[in-house]
Amino acid sequence: MIHLQAVHKRFQRPDGGWFTAVEDTSLSIGAGEIFGLIGFSGAGKSTLLRLINLLERPDAGAVIVDGRDLTSLSARELRRARQNIGMVFQQFNLLTNRTVADNVAFPLEVAGWSRADIAARVDECLDVVSLGDRARHYPAQLSGGQKQRVGIARALASRPRVILADEPTSALDPRTTQSILECLKNINERFGVTVVVVTHEMGVIRSICHRAALLDHGRIAEVMDVVDGSVDARTDLALSLLEAA
Amino acid sequence: MDALAVHDALQNLLTLTPEIWQAVKETGLMLGIGLFAAIAIGGPLGIVLYLSQPGQLFAHRLLNGVLGWLVNLVRSFPFIILMVSLVPLTRILVGSTIGPVAAAVPLSFAAIPYFARLVEQTLREIPRGVIEAAESMGASPMQIICKVLLNEGRSGLISSLTILTISFLSYSAVAGVVGGGGIGDLAIRYGYYRYETEVMVAMVLLLVLIVQIIQIVGNRLAARLDKR
Ligand SMILES: Nc1ncnc2c1ncn2[C@@H]1O[C@H](COP(=O)(O)OP(=O)(O)OP(=O)(O)O)[C@@H](O)[C@H]1O
Ligand SMILES: [Mg+2]
Repeated sequence: MIHLQAVHKRFQRPDGGWFTAVEDTSLSIGAGEIFGLIGFSGAGKSTLLRLINLLERPDAGAVIVDGRDLTSLSARELRRARQNIGMVFQQFNLLTNRTVADNVAFPLEVAGWSRADIAARVDECLDVVSLGDRARHYPAQLSGGQKQRVGIARALASRPRVILADEPTSALDPRTTQSILECLKNINERFGVTVVVVTHEMGVIRSICHRAALLDHGRIAEVMDVVDGSVDARTDLALSLLEAA
Repeated sequence: MDALAVHDALQNLLTLTPEIWQAVKETGLMLGIGLFAAIAIGGPLGIVLYLSQPGQLFAHRLLNGVLGWLVNLVRSFPFIILMVSLVPLTRILVGSTIGPVAAAVPLSFAAIPYFARLVEQTLREIPRGVIEAAESMGASPMQIICKVLLNEGRSGLISSLTILTISFLSYSAVAGVVGGGGIGDLAIRYGYYRYETEVMVAMVLLLVLIVQIIQIVGNRLAARLDKR
């Protein structure tokens, strides 16, 4: 479903020098998989995730999602392709002046859905995240966990085949974290959506991921299988992360 | 002042009622044209200033630099000097240099860059992540401007407009004295040149009242629109 081929991304530092955030990285993620990206702060997890929907454009390499190389698309085509890739953020990034329902409606308005279709789909998505009773609330009136569930409903709305989640639970307490992870897993199982989740906690990898890549200084150090909640790791870095968890 | 003087003063104000009403209408016209220009031209200019900043959607160093410089240039003119220097342009645009419509030309000129900066400032407060979320959903630049920037910034934009209106009520008084008419002009003509102090006092009170009303309405509206 997702193929990163030798992607490379560097940023200009304030002093004019260059910093390589993602270095010559290739990765394939299958359809229906929940794939984790783990590593220490600054390892390049977010950058790698944002390369998948081209929020960051790679300096080299190809980004192939659902059979199309996104780097070769025009601006308009890219916008359409992005409707097939939902995104969930650590800070939720909801529109504060829109109600819960209107937040979920946003990607559908963008995609040009009719009013009636939007209303029906919004109800469906809010049901999936069990927030049907909060449709007319504003984000400020919700708890962190509820905000993130709105974020997930919004990511789900346009029936994407891929959902990207950047530390979706890092702003939440442990119990809420579990319910959000369950929610992502549930969506993956019910709709077959491919999920890529960035985290710095092995716990997240253990509880929902099928596989995970360990990132270190912009490179993939190891791709790990997760079987029945246990992570099959070999590198010292991964083992130390497992021990710490 | 004894009772007789107070009676005379009120009598005088009463006979001036038509002129006061006329002055209010002139001030309203000057302000209306100035604000319209500010919103219609300054608003989009502010959006462009914001979007062309480094790291934004249409980051463009040269465009941002040139626009920023132009805005600063006009804003650095003391208003009275801007008025005088715009006399030729006013004559071309309006065909005359006196009256409220003529006075609205320099007012608009000053209001446009002022409002542009206010808009830019307001938009800057919108978290970058919210714009990114819209981008990630495939929103077009126009959709981001209308559905994200203007909607998320709406309360701040109303507050900016309130500030602009009150500042320009005061500028319009200056413009009025140099041939524009309006409340300030009336106050100077009667209160200062003809020593009818009660006219001056009444006009100042009237301005105080108008400012209070604008501020209260602006605050209420901004609060109602703000769901943060
Ligand atoms: N827009 C940018 N401009 C400059 N440098 C950047 C930019 N984005 C990321 N970087 C740098 O790239 C490196 C990797 O950043 P990234 O956000 O991908 O790390 P991360 O693994 O997600 O870390 P964290 O766990 O802290 O979120 C960091 O050193 C960061 O400073
Ligand atoms: Mg990150």
